[in-house]
Amino acid sequence: MNSFTYHRATAIGDAVQEKAEHPGSAYIGGGTNLLDLMKENVERPTHLVSVGKLPLAAIESLPDGGLRLGAMATNADTAWHEDVKQRYPLLNQAILAGASPQLRNMATNGGNLMQRTRCYYFYDLATPCNKREPGSGCSAIGGYNRIHAILGTSEACIATHPSDMCVALAALAPSVRVSGPNGERSIPFEDFHRLPGNEPEKDNTLEPGELILSLDLPAQGFSKNFSYLKLRDRSSYAFALISVAAALELDGHIITDARLALGGVAHKPWRDQAAENLLKGQPATAETFARVAARVVENAQGQGSNDFKIELARRAIVRALKQAAEGTQKASDVFLNSNP
Amino acid sequence: MSTTNYIGKAPSRVDGPAKVTGAATYAAEYNVPGLTYGWVVSSPIAKGKITKIHADEVLVLPGVLQVFSHENVPSLAWFDRSYKDQVAPGGSPFRPLHDNEIKFSQQPVALIVAENFELARYAASVLRIEYEAAPHETNLETKRQEGFEPGRGKTGYMPPPPPRGNPDKAWEEAAHRMEAEYVHGTQHHNPMELFATTVEYHANGKITAYDKTQGVYNVQAYLTKIFGLSKDNCRVVNEYMGGGFGSGLRPQYQVFLAVLAALELKRSVRVTLTRQQMFSFGHRPHTLQYLKLATNPDGTLAAVQHHALHETSQFEDYTENVVNWSGMLYQCDNVKLGYQLAKLDVYTPLDMRAPGAATGSIGLEVAMDEMAYAAGLDPLEFRLRNYAEKDQNMNKPFSSKKLRDCYHQGAAKFGWDKRTQEPRSMRDADGKLVGWGIGGGAWDASQMKSAAKATITADGKLLVLSASGENGTGTYTIMTQIAAETLGLPLEAVTFRLGDTDQPEAPLQGGSWTAASVGTAVKNTCEALGEKLLKLAQKMEGSPLKNANFEDVEFVNGQIRLRTDANQAVVLRDVLQASGEAKIEVDGSAMPNMVKQMPYSMHSHNMVFAEVKVDEDLGTVHVTRVLNAVAAGRILNQKTARSQVLGSVVWGISMALMEETVMDHKFGRYMNHNYAEYHVPVNADIHDIDVIFVEEEDDIVNPLGVKGIGEVGMLGVAAAIANAVFHATGKRVRDLPIMIDKLL
Ligand SMILES: Cc1cc2nc3c(=O)[nH]c(=O)nc-3n(C[C@H](O)[C@H](O)[C@H](O)COP(=O)(O)OP(=O)(O)OC[C@H]3O[C@@H](n4cnc5c(N)ncnc54)[C@H](O)[C@@H]3O)c2cc1C
Ligand code: SF4
Repeated sequence: MNSFTYHRATAIGDAVQEKAEHPGSAYIGGGTNLLDLMKENVERPTHLVSVGKLPLAAIESLPDGGLRLGAMATNADTAWHEDVKQRYPLLNQAILAGASPQLRNMATNGGNLMQRTRCYYFYDLATPCNKREPGSGCSAIGGYNRIHAILGTSEACIATHPSDMCVALAALAPSVRVSGPNGERSIPFEDFHRLPGNEPEKDNTLEPGELILSLDLPAQGFSKNFSYLKLRDRSSYAFALISVAAALELDGHIITDARLALGGVAHKPWRDQAAENLLKGQPATAETFARVAARVVENAQGQGSNDFKIELARRAIVRALKQAAEGTQKASDVFLNSNP
Repeated sequence: MSTTNYIGKAPSRVDGPAKVTGAATYAAEYNVPGLTYGWVVSSPIAKGKITKIHADEVLVLPGVLQVFSHENVPSLAWFDRSYKDQVAPGGSPFRPLHDNEIKFSQQPVALIVAENFELARYAASVLRIEYEAAPHETNLETKRQEGFEPGRGKTGYMPPPPPRGNPDKAWEEAAHRMEAEYVHGTQHHNPMELFATTVEYHANGKITAYDKTQGVYNVQAYLTKIFGLSKDNCRVVNEYMGGGFGSGLRPQYQVFLAVLAALELKRSVRVTLTRQQMFSFGHRPHTLQYLKLATNPDGTLAAVQHHALHETSQFEDYTENVVNWSGMLYQCDNVKLGYQLAKLDVYTPLDMRAPGAATGSIGLEVAMDEMAYAAGLDPLEFRLRNYAEKDQNMNKPFSSKKLRDCYHQGAAKFGWDKRTQEPRSMRDADGKLVGWGIGGGAWDASQMKSAAKATITADGKLLVLSASGENGTGTYTIMTQIAAETLGLPLEAVTFRLGDTDQPEAPLQGGSWTAASVGTAVKNTCEALGEKLLKLAQKMEGSPLKNANFEDVEFVNGQIRLRTDANQAVVLRDVLQASGEAKIEVDGSAMPNMVKQMPYSMHSHNMVFAEVKVDEDLGTVHVTRVLNAVAAGRILNQKTARSQVLGSVVWGISMALMEETVMDHKFGRYMNHNYAEYHVPVNADIHDIDVIFVEEEDDIVNPLGVKGIGEVGMLGVAAAIANAVFHATGKRVRDLPIMIDKLL
């Protein structure tokens, strides 16, 4: 770890300015990801702008019937907020499936979006990694890639975005409100994270210096028929091998609206709108789900140690859609700590 | 009624309050004045040479004191034997910073010492080192044809016995046969506490090394030989340990580096490894096992063949007893066992909880399950038909063996009779597949030479010392119990201390021999003190014990009294008062009784019953119930013993389902070297665990009748789970861990 200076920002403008004035600086939220990366020398900011005390921790209703999640609200406070539990239980379930209670108490919503991949090579300076050091090569391709992507990969990088929360968000489609040197703007969640292409060092479309202010959820919350299913190598405190956020609107047996997003499969939370369209108007049956699942993984590509993910994703989609249709999953006040 | 009988009861840990309040001090927590901090720089390559170290670039940083590397290490002991510790295997031990050669990835190549920790760490991050890489080989699969049989080497290693009967012919001609290969990957001990050493450099040039180790005397001998220190000038202390599991059996490189730096700089130094660096030394070796079993029509074993091949380093031949158990656990007259090593560019493996036996029991006990199915027999019934009444490897009877009781009591409590043999025949209410499997094993009951010192003071307080270790196993507690009971004192009046070379010598804490070895020494020493006290009691005026021999009296409730008449007693504290002595002290020791033990094979045994539930679509497994029935002689403390077995079961679940250090052979480097990606179970993975200790009396193993329970609980757990997964799903997974992908 290198030595750094530290500034606790008091206002949004102060934070943005502080960041702009210090090349090589970084925002720090809960620090649960950034500090680890600093200890491993993967990131070496010389100046930290703490945004933890900015007045961005509120969770409040929006005039259009949506809900605004402040970027500084912790993952725990977000999951357990009454409005989230009642209106967006899918988000509650996804957040509680991630990390550990201690981490969720520290982690902020902004930081969760911005967390970096868990690719083993990205973390280990002894190995080449295009994301860490553009042009050095991708060690995961042809290496040990159990946790790596099967969709949307490039020849430069096959890393995944590790968040659970973001998979639910991909399904719920909020907009990400940000502020930067050029003022405020909103980014549709779908466009926030990006695929690696030939610039794997870029995880998302945030411009330099931009600060996340909030996530603005639309009114539609799919609070009746939803499922977050996470499969991992142990029952909790492990990143998803595959996770599925499924959300349905049903008219009797017929699906009238659908959302489907996957985690652990791509460089970004993977929402599949084509699959969603395939679900719409169809009966909520095993056959429909199987057909849609097959469609989602149609273009999936294994990398060796992660080949199994293609089949696992297919099965997980079927299960999650089935659970969503049954409407059995509920928001919870406790740790969602188990594989099925 | 006596209140000072503690052996076999369940007192809580005497060291518990110190641990949970933070009063217990660990190696990295000794805050000595003027401390400096060392940071270890590790090699990014697996093989090759260091060509240049740009030490000058970091030495200019104010506060950086030195960059130690092969370029400036002073001349130290020359011969290999100086670097050999008590449990070193055959070969040439690794010498840190010895020359410019890289032998394994993450090899320590430099130690940066600075006035503060942050600076040392920063300097390490900018220190430029140039390497010339050479081709390495880290993949055991490529060495299948290059196995060799190791020489004797390491303490406790027994080469497999020669073949008996006609195992090839018997296998060919048998009614039912099986053969299969079993594999498990590398595993690292990963105790919670990181390896660390704080060396206090005293004004007179003496040092005290507070070192994370399972054997302070082992470390002291290592350091004195290498650095030419006298024992008086080199004290080694380790009072508490945040887990060891065998990783602290050999002196780890941080103790070498910290002492080197302290002696060179004449300063106190602390070196703590990182979690990543915890993957840079000993480990349970990646092992391939091949088994061939065959049965006669009556379900008795016709042939047992077990061959194992595992990795070792290029510089040492690490050995463990993997296959020998297969010649002893079940009755069979046609047996062939083979054991080979293959050299890779990795660090030397190291004993890890139940070394060899934990591995061997995976092969043998899954093979036994496969054989039972091939022969159409219930797996437990199959084992009963092949029960070994004597140790055929050694051709000796067992000193005691209540394994049959483990089978019966375990089966009854688990409900084994409700099992249906057919795979995929059991389901729970939710429709998940249910499987029940068993597995077990044996572990040596050993005793090593050990010494102790006991001091009683006028206030009736007893202090007992023996330089054993405390992995977290309960050593403090059981020694306190033994001492208190032997002298009839309340537990609170007894303090047992360990982990200091100023105390009488005890063996390394390993091999499950501490209870037997140190326990017997403590008992003997306290008895010797008792004899002294009796003599003093007899000198008291009107002593009712005047004519008593030591055998005629007992020490109970703070009194010495006649066994035949409890009213004829003196109060211990009065004896001490009357003696006028401030304290009374004795030294004592214990040695195994070889003459008594020689004719016998001495082992603890166990049988594990496991239940799994499998979501077949998603490949997820939950171990919903485990029952571990253990025959390990006398149980000194029901609570700490049970905890040992609970922990073993958790670790067995880990072996079965998730634990594995994964090597990227391109880099010759372990890639999941952190707690986020090296998976061990979390609470949510652990459900019901039950432990039965069957009654087993044994006056041959040692006077206490204990066999040790630190390791036996691991045996067969992973096999039982793998067998249960087969029973549930009909899928036989032979390479552990059984992760989701293997069941899809
Ligand atoms: C052992 C472990 C296990 C975990 N398991 C899981 C899991 O199973 N599932 C899961 O989803 N997550 C998991 N996590 C990740 C965890 O959710 C993230 O670390 C956390 O959400 C990051 O939030 P933070 O506030 O601590 O971010 P920080 O570490 O403070 O910051 C992370 C990044 O975000 C940037 N940043 C922070 N706030 C803002 C902002 N407002 N605007 C712009 N940039 C910002 C920082 O500059 C930094 O680059 C795990 C983490 C650990 C350490
Ligand atoms: S997958 Fe991406 S993050 Fe991982 S090594 Fe390749 S480039 Fe780096």
